[in-house]
Formats: sequence, structure tokens, C-alpha cells
Amino acid sequence: MTQTLRLAYVPLVDAAPLIVAHEIGFAAEEGLTLDLQRTQSWAQVRDLLGVGAVDAAHMLAPMPVAQAMGLGPQYPPFDVLMLLSQGGQAIAVSQPVAAQMQLAGHVFDFHDPVTAGAALLAATGGTLRIAVPFPFSTHTLIVRHWLAACGFGTGVSVHTVPPPLMANALAAGEVDAVCVGEPWSSVAADAGVGVLLLSGMAIWAAAPEKALVMRRDRAMADGPLTGALMRALWRAARWLDVTENRGTAAEILARDRYLDLSPTLTEHALLGRFAVGPAGHIRTGPDFMRFHRGAASFPWKSVAALFADRIARLHGLDPAMAVTAAMACFRTDLYRQHLRSAGADLPGASAKVEGAMAHPTAVASEQGQMILPADAFFDGWQFDPLFAAR
Amino acid sequence: MTARLSIIVVEKDPDLALRIVDGLREAGDHDITVIAESTGLARHIADRKPDIVLIDAGDPSRDVLEELALASGPLDRPVAMFVDRSDGPLTRAAIEAGVSAYVVDGLRPDRIKPILDAAIARFHMFQKMRMELAATKAALEDRKIIDRAKAILMKARGIDEEAAYALLRKTAMDQKRKVADIAQQLVMAAGLLT
Repeated sequence: MTQTLRLAYVPLVDAAPLIVAHEIGFAAEEGLTLDLQRTQSWAQVRDLLGVGAVDAAHMLAPMPVAQAMGLGPQYPPFDVLMLLSQGGQAIAVSQPVAAQMQLAGHVFDFHDPVTAGAALLAATGGTLRIAVPFPFSTHTLIVRHWLAACGFGTGVSVHTVPPPLMANALAAGEVDAVCVGEPWSSVAADAGVGVLLLSGMAIWAAAPEKALVMRRDRAMADGPLTGALMRALWRAARWLDVTENRGTAAEILARDRYLDLSPTLTEHALLGRFAVGPAGHIRTGPDFMRFHRGAASFPWKSVAALFADRIARLHGLDPAMAVTAAMACFRTDLYRQHLRSAGADLPGASAKVEGAMAHPTAVASEQGQMILPADAFFDGWQFDPLFAAR
Repeated sequence: MTARLSIIVVEKDPDLALRIVDGLREAGDHDITVIAESTGLARHIADRKPDIVLIDAGDPSRDVLEELALASGPLDRPVAMFVDRSDGPLTRAAIEAGVSAYVVDGLRPDRIKPILDAAIARFHMFQKMRMELAATKAALEDRKIIDRAKAILMKARGIDEEAAYALLRKTAMDQKRKVADIAQQLVMAAGLLT
């Protein structure tokens, strides 16, 4: 007897764990049928989850943090059961800005935030309109962090633009740059209206992107069901991080009922091969986005704290209260309880100093030791949740 | 006598927009503006300082309104999301009908309700229309594939159209499947053989 779960997602490459869990059979293995509901805006995903019209959702990881802080409609509490991806963001600049930067000798290598930031500052004189997909997003955080660290000040304005409309906004001169998840930066580049400047991972080497979110009452009401869903998605994420599977994943995602795009567009992010830019082809390898490797799905409490601290400061709220509320909804306890049996190695700690690892680092785990990938910010900034909460 | 409310409807389909406006007119005498263009949406809305904004919940442009709802500098009129604990059933009805409402902070619930009720009624109608359209499209697709399967059978077995359909139907009944599914399989298999 299988149980059906309704899952809302936004058609992006990083919805892959949900789609793969359904298509490759990881959900069926757990006795689950996934009713995947394609949705066109993050607000709608949040509202469907809030009123209980879906059971779980693919969501920008900072969104449940904002909910916990009271920045949003009043719904029963949301919990992050696991993260679904890291990275996958890309920043693109408009053709006029790119032309200026190129004239000044900038090489579009996609990797170096320092030279990219300096060249952008010189080209724009510090006045920059940049689009992000949602106010509460990793995009907002990395864009603000990067620009501030590169000397931009009050001339920066950050605007919300729906990803499918980003290429238009660039073409129409409504914004000078965009930061968006794949495939939409590639769409802008392919259309010739934007030039890829920087990957999100270049700014924050382990930038958490999407999360699996459930209402707390729903997650706790049927523990075995919640566990089954988490295991199905965890196995899908593991499958996705086998490089040889990425081509198949790109083909599945491209289908009409999911992203409804050409597979060449879904491939860019998954294979880390970007085709457009003045410097020609850019290769980032499969590490442009991660689903599983290096405990990518572990919902670090320190990530919740970092998001909360940044959002609170931006919106004039008390960071200490925000951090406390946010950490409570990143459910490391459920992750440990439900994924231990699937064979997940679990870090000994549930929080870390974010940004402290410049290189892959061995840390204590339940099975002995595990290697965590670098999580540094490009400028060496670090965030200690214990310090922030005081 | 209460003051007229300023309402913005964000809808790019002129026909649907007209129907929504008609529905809202029945709910009272208000100042209603339709915005069809998604570029510069935030600017257009901010300029007009509406009391209520109505938008299709599935419209990607909705996330732009989320940003407006957050903007609450000293000079802004704070825009509160209507969806709120105080009126759970109405919120749920709106979300299920597929309409989202953004309402200026402090507007009394009894002023919002008739407008939202009217919007919900219209969006329910649209949902029904969309479902019917999808069903018609699916039926048309089925017809096309069944016609192709019949043609293949007629050619391969030298039978007439009626016999070809009877054969498809019998196979479908034997296998407890839809005729269109059997036709789809046959067309696919025939494609592999040629």
C-alpha cells in the first residue's frame, strides 16, 4: 500500500532531487507516490504549504527562516527537514555593462569575485540595479555580501524579478545585472542579453540554496512518512551527485511536464559546462552545484543562524531573537533520526563556524570522520552562530 | 457612506481582466485599474498606492508583490498580506481558487471581504474553464492518436476502419486499459518497426 504525498516545486534545475526521486524510483522504494505540483512563484509555494494544500515543498532555504522571524503571512510553523542543494546560482551582467568591463580589460573567467567586483565597480561607478528571484533568497545574501565587500555602497538597489522574466529585464535595461539559479542565467546568456560574470559558489564556497520544507505539525504527525520522504530525497541526491548520472538527470528535467526546456539548457548547470561569454566556454565541473557530497543536505543550525542574522540586519529586526527562532526550525534532530538508517554519515556537531574552511576539512562524524568541502566566503568573512546569538 | 477603495488587478489576458473587473463592480463602487504589463510592475503599483492588489496566484510576477509587501519605509504605505490567521477560511478559499490579495495595512476586514468574495467567485470560474479546456485538448490528442493507430491496423491487416477500431477496443477491454493508451503503444511500436 503506497502513500501519496503532494510536493510543490518551482521548475528549476535544483528541483532535481524531487523529480529524480519520483522518476528513478527512490520514492517507490519507500512506498511513496509523489504528486509533484509545478508552481510558478515562491509566494505560491509558501501559501500552498501554509494552508496545507501540499504536504512538503522545494523552497529557497532562507524562506522558512523569514517565516520563523514573522516576515510573511501567519501560518503554522515551517521546518527545514534537509537541504536539497548547494550552489547553482550565477550572476550575469547586461550587454552594455559587459562591454564596458571588457573594454577595461576584464576577462570573464566566472571564478574570481575580487577582479569581477572591481571591474563592475569601475564600469558602473557604484550605481547598480541587480535582480534576484525573491527577497528571502541565498541570491540576495551573496549579492549583497559580494558587492559590499567590493566597495559598493548605497548606489546598489536589489529588485525582485521572477526568473523567467530576468532575461527580459536585462534586455529592456530595467536592471544592470541578475543573480539567478540555473537554467535562467544560461537562458539570458543564450539569448545574448547577458554575459555570465560569476558563480554563486565563487562567493560562498558552500552556499546552501534550496530546502525541503514541511509544516511542523505535518512533519511530526506521521514520523515514518516524514522519514520515508527524507530517505527518498536523500537517495535521489546521492544518485544526482554521481557524475555519470548528471546527463540522464538533465534529460529527465528537460521534459515537458517538468522544466519544459531544451536539455542543452538543463545540462549547463548539472555538468558545469557553460557555453556563453566573451572568453568562450567556461567549465566549472560538476561542483557548480552539489546535492549530496560533503553533507550538502545536512541542515546546519549555523546556516539558519547566518540567514536569520543577515535578514534581521537588512530589515531592522533584532538579530539575536531572529537567530534563536531560525535555529529551532532547522531540524538536525529529524535528519539524524530518519537518515541514520539509510546509511548517512552524520557530522558530530549540528552547527559550525560558517566560512571557516578554506579547504576540504576532516571533521568528527558518527562513523568516525567525514570530509566537509570548503565553505569559505571569498573575502574570508566568518560567522559564528554562538557569538551572533548573544 | 464609505470611501471608494483603489483596487489594482494584475492580469495580462484582457478578456479575463474584464471579467474580474465586472465581478468587482458588483461588489461595490470602487476605483479599479488593470495592469497587464509585467515589466516595471513594482514601480507601477507603488506609484498608484492602491488599497488592494489582486493577482492570479500562479502568476510568476507575484513575487514582485512580496517585495512591495516588505517595503515599509517611513514614507511608504505598508502593504500587508491579507492572508492572515484572523480570517483562515477566506484565505484558504482564495488560495484554492488561485487568487492572491495584497491589502494595505489597517483596512477593515468587512471592507475587504466583499471584494475578495467577488474575486474568488471569478477565479473559480476561470479554474473551471481551464480544466474544461485541458480536458478538450486531451480528448483531441486521444482522437488523433486513435486515428493513427486505426490507419496502421487497416494497412497492416487489410481491414476497414470499423474493424480496426473494434480491434483496438477489444484489446483495451481485455487489458483493462484506455483505447488511447493501446493506440499510443501501437503507434510507438509501429514507429520502431519501420
